[in-house]
Amino acid sequence: MADYKGVLICGELIEGKVTTTTKELISTGRKLSDGLNQLLSLLLIGQNLQEVADEAISLGVDKVYIGDGVPYAESLPERYVAIISNVCKQIEPFIILFGQTDMGRDIAPRLAARLRTSVCMDCVELTIDPDTRSLLQTKPVYGGNAVAVWASENYQPQVVTMRPRASAPAEPDTSRKGEIVPVTVKVDDSKIKCKLLETVKEEVKGIKLEEAKVIVTGGGGIGGSEGFQLIKELAQILGGTIGITRVPCDEGWMPKSLEIGQTGHIVSPALYIAVGVSGAPQHLAGCSGSKCIIAINKDPEAHIFKEADFGIVGDYRKALPSLIEKCKALFAI
Amino acid sequence: MNIIVCIKQIPDPEIPPAKFKLDIESKRVIPPEGIPPVINPYDEQAVELALRLKDKYGGKITVLTVGSDAASNIVKHALSMGADQGIVLNDKAFEDSDSFSTAYILSQAIRKIGDYDLVLCGRQAADWDEGLVGSIIAENLGLPLVTLAEAIDVPDGELSVKQVTLEGYQVIAVPIPAVVTVSNEVGRPRLPSGWGIISASQKQIPVWSASDLDADPSKIGASAARRKLIKLFIPVRERKCEIIEGETEAEASVKLVDRLIKAGVI
Ligand SMILES: Cc1cc2nc3c(=O)[nH]c(=O)nc-3n(C[C@H](O)[C@H](O)[C@H](O)COP(=O)(O)OP(=O)(O)OC[C@H]3O[C@@H](n4cnc5c(N)ncnc54)[C@H](O)[C@@H]3O)c2cc1C
Ligand SMILES: Nc1ncnc2c1ncn2[C@@H]1O[C@H](COP(=O)(O)O)[C@@H](O)[C@H]1O
Repeated sequence: MADYKGVLICGELIEGKVTTTTKELISTGRKLSDGLNQLLSLLLIGQNLQEVADEAISLGVDKVYIGDGVPYAESLPERYVAIISNVCKQIEPFIILFGQTDMGRDIAPRLAARLRTSVCMDCVELTIDPDTRSLLQTKPVYGGNAVAVWASENYQPQVVTMRPRASAPAEPDTSRKGEIVPVTVKVDDSKIKCKLLETVKEEVKGIKLEEAKVIVTGGGGIGGSEGFQLIKELAQILGGTIGITRVPCDEGWMPKSLEIGQTGHIVSPALYIAVGVSGAPQHLAGCSGSKCIIAINKDPEAHIFKEADFGIVGDYRKALPSLIEKCKALFAI
Repeated sequence: MNIIVCIKQIPDPEIPPAKFKLDIESKRVIPPEGIPPVINPYDEQAVELALRLKDKYGGKITVLTVGSDAASNIVKHALSMGADQGIVLNDKAFEDSDSFSTAYILSQAIRKIGDYDLVLCGRQAADWDEGLVGSIIAENLGLPLVTLAEAIDVPDGELSVKQVTLEGYQVIAVPIPAVVTVSNEVGRPRLPSGWGIISASQKQIPVWSASDLDADPSKIGASAARRKLIKLFIPVRERKCEIIEGETEAEASVKLVDRLIKAGVI
């Protein structure tokens, strides 16, 4: 068997910088490679990568592999799988780390199948078992009702994706040293069968959910699109933005790009206000990392009250107007 | 368009969390009492997407499931929605198969069926929340793959797949045959019609075993699993909720703000 060593992160870039999720992977990857006493590497594909590679080194990466190519969002998964599996065959990492993002969700399963190895999706914790030196993969299952810990002792490399916001992003330290290594990312074009016809970003105006300090989320209890006026107003006064559960999305009250949860955005604001939200585990998967959670729900038995710090039992139509008034007075708007 | 849809039977994913129980020893989920298992919701949406394609372009829909005898219930459900035929892949040797083994079993069945243009899977099964099987089938069969589809059209003999992304969507052209995994953005699946239920009840649901599929025993069942489950537990909730009381909701709201200021939240 080949000698698989080290941790390889498949990084993602946005506007020429590493994403927050990639920074989180670097902090997790750092711990894993220290536990194994092996190198942490990062693969980046894009253009003019020198500066971002230096940044990655300051964040704790030992070796940055840079490939000249098109960012994931403008490329095709097929191309990325081919590139990444080639790189992995050359450098034979023990662990291959992705974020549970559009890219990780799509690439990690195909990569594992192609490398004939194991894969675990959407982990919230990764540790090295000090006795067996195997990778323990902790992942929520059954929509978040339960948590499973897996190991795959006989398979290498081990492909894993990590849920965004499950770990703190790495902090820069410019005294760190590392190496930058160019890699070839050429693939046989005749093997690419899909064609990308169109990419559409449904621009959400204002603050991005992932970066918001305050999020006010409306759920099925809002009852229709009109009710979201109150949600928007409260969010605005608090300097935050709005989110939704699956129900307003399915009902077409609000755009799906605002959905928070297992299959939507994963957020961790300082303040999360859930209004008319029952607290299904699939929704909480996207917001349980929030510092403070407030629930407003007319059902005292609603599960959301088990997951919140503060609660008001009652009709949101009666609660929100005075909440808005009080906050307005407070912030003197 | 001949379409194969892979469907899985799972415990109802929307049961109240209080009803969710585990057997820690055996690391298994205890089926909730009185709540029957269901078709994985994404797979029901995959059946819906297949039916929309059939409505537009004609063809035949075959549903496949790897499961026990009871799994024939979800096959019947798909038939009553309008699928043409269903097959249950059931064998003792299939028990405790992981994603790779399940994908292998399904790939063997798909090869045996042979005549197909499109294989649809759900984006993930809402029990173990993996999202692997569809992608592995594509790799096994050497077929192009698009994940997380919300719509499919077939202009000029090629698929045009609308793929959900976190911030919008992409449209991807894919030659046939292909594998596509389906996301919830497809929307509500149709309800079975009265006629659908009657005709489904009259259909035979064949069962294929390991030997019918010419399945390599080293690739199926618990011994082939690439991962081992070390531990399964229910996470402990760390938050204690302080309910803000008040004569009216308005009064409680005012008190809440004062409380938040005191706690340093705002
Ligand atoms: C596989 C899978 C994945 C999923 N992924 C996600 C996901 O990513 N994100 C997500 O959000 N959901 C997801 N869901 C759906 C999830 O299981 C729940 O169905 C959903 O989150 C419920 O949304 P809700 O709480 O807003 O609505 P409901 O369950 O309809 O609850 C509405 C709540 O509002 C309260 N209410 C009603 N009227 C009022 C009023 N006037 N004032 C105050 N309170 C009121 C009610 O008491 C109730 O608690 C998923 C489901 C599955 C099966
Ligand atoms: N036992 C099974 N029988 C049929 N299809 C399955 C089975 N398990 C998974 N699938 C298909 O693969 C998809 C993804 O499953 P998973 O990788 O387990 O999350 C599901 O939505 C189904 O379409």
